[in-house]
Amino acid sequence: MLEAWLTLIWIVIKILLIILPLMGAVAYLTLAERKIIGRMQARMGPNRAGLFGVLQPLADGLKLLCKEIILPSSANRFLFIVSPILVLAPALAVWAVIPFSEGLVLANINAGVLYLLAMTSLGVYGILIAGWSSNSKYAFYGSMRAAAQVISYEISMGFALAGVLLASGSMNLSQIVLRQAGGVWHWFVIPLFPLFFVYWVSAIAETNRAPFDVAEGESEIVAGFHVEYSGMGFAIFFLAEYANMIFVSTLAVLLFFGGWLSPFEGIPILGKWFAWMPGIIWLLAKISLFLFLYLWLRATFPRYRYDQIMRLGWKILIPLSLLWVIVVALFVYYHVGIWFA
Amino acid sequence: MISLLDCFFYSISSMLVASSLAVILVRHPVRAALFLVLSFVMAAMLWMLLEAEFLSLVLIFVYVGAIMTLFLFVIMMLPAEESLSWKKWRGFPFALLLFALLLSLLFYMLKHSLLLGASASPADTTSTYTNTQAIGHILYTQYALPFEMIGILLLVAMVAAIMLTFRGRRVDAKGQCINKQVRASKQDQLKLVNIPSEGEKG
Repeated sequence: MLEAWLTLIWIVIKILLIILPLMGAVAYLTLAERKIIGRMQARMGPNRAGLFGVLQPLADGLKLLCKEIILPSSANRFLFIVSPILVLAPALAVWAVIPFSEGLVLANINAGVLYLLAMTSLGVYGILIAGWSSNSKYAFYGSMRAAAQVISYEISMGFALAGVLLASGSMNLSQIVLRQAGGVWHWFVIPLFPLFFVYWVSAIAETNRAPFDVAEGESEIVAGFHVEYSGMGFAIFFLAEYANMIFVSTLAVLLFFGGWLSPFEGIPILGKWFAWMPGIIWLLAKISLFLFLYLWLRATFPRYRYDQIMRLGWKILIPLSLLWVIVVALFVYYHVGIWFA
Repeated sequence: MISLLDCFFYSISSMLVASSLAVILVRHPVRAALFLVLSFVMAAMLWMLLEAEFLSLVLIFVYVGAIMTLFLFVIMMLPAEESLSWKKWRGFPFALLLFALLLSLLFYMLKHSLLLGASASPADTTSTYTNTQAIGHILYTQYALPFEMIGILLLVAMVAAIMLTFRGRRVDAKGQCINKQVRASKQDQLKLVNIPSEGEKG
């Protein structure tokens, strides 16, 4: 019995070791976003709280914690309070199967990718219920848009993941990464580049980020599904959104860019120089690149119109991913190149 | 001695029964749909206990993640009040008949199977095979033909649904020509006009 308790406590400690740094990363991702987009728009970004604004996320968090929580008078009270939790829970649950380095994973399950698909598909409930329960037309419009968009892009994202499964022959994320060992040219991004493109576009759409942020669309429907939320409820929606951004970037790295593997692997001199570097540093570096890409895209592209989003999802990304899944199947069948030898 | 697994099994299945009952007893359609979601999740957890992780996750992915989202999408558009209150008892005799039929079917099945003697915990399967691979092997060899036929059937149903709702292209429908939009260039969209300045004051 004691042993069971010790296992349980050890698991809780591991969960905390994932969640607490994640929360820190979310906090500083907001600062990074404001700083980077600020620089891209020739502004300074926040620079008053602490040196170069490093205390800004803490100040924001404190402010949101202290703010009054407003319940709209005709809102469905229970669902209104539950929906931020429903958004955050799947956003945290996905991290259970993410390997940070070889063997450094909370739950090394065989159906890892399937679990991720199942969990990410749950996130839309919180958004739908938030929009409906606040009993406000803007919030409702926002959640309708979010639901339609997430459902459409889930299909192409699923096909992109299916292509990776075909290529690696496993649904275990650690094994998918290990299949890409042997240097940069072994990474799946090379044979699966169209699928990577599909994945990345759908990932941005799934996380409701610019240029696919019609669900929020400040200029049209105020702030979309979370327009009625204040204080901590609002903060939790934001927490989930940024945690999802980090997750989606991590998944892109794991599936297409060799996860924790060093990019200098197999290169004569550089490979030796960087051999001491622990895998998790490479992983974090690659994730940061993708997060930067996220912010860069937001600063670059204007928001898509709703019908353009649907057209891109259904008429371009889904046929492209379907086609490339067949191509990958042929690659695997005929053992093309170094990837499927 | 009740094992931990039994504990999980009974709590999950009682929640499954409770939430399924709530689906039909709750008055509000949105809440009923949410209870249906809960019962799907509970059923998925039962499958997880039976170590059928593929079925369990696919149930969540397909039913909870896609189908129920669309359901909610439609139900939320309905006006909240007037639903479910009308002529509540009209179909009751028929429902009772159906209930009796299903119940007797269930008892028949239970009586003629080994299920009654089975325990809540699954037969111990050591982790040499994965569920997904096992299902894939059967699905693409033994049941390949029925599987493909179901796929075609679904496709036919989809085409039929589109045909039923498609009323032909309206003459005055507004659409966009994507080629034309992409081909648009600065030269034919933008006109630079040189306006002489009014000169500096003072």
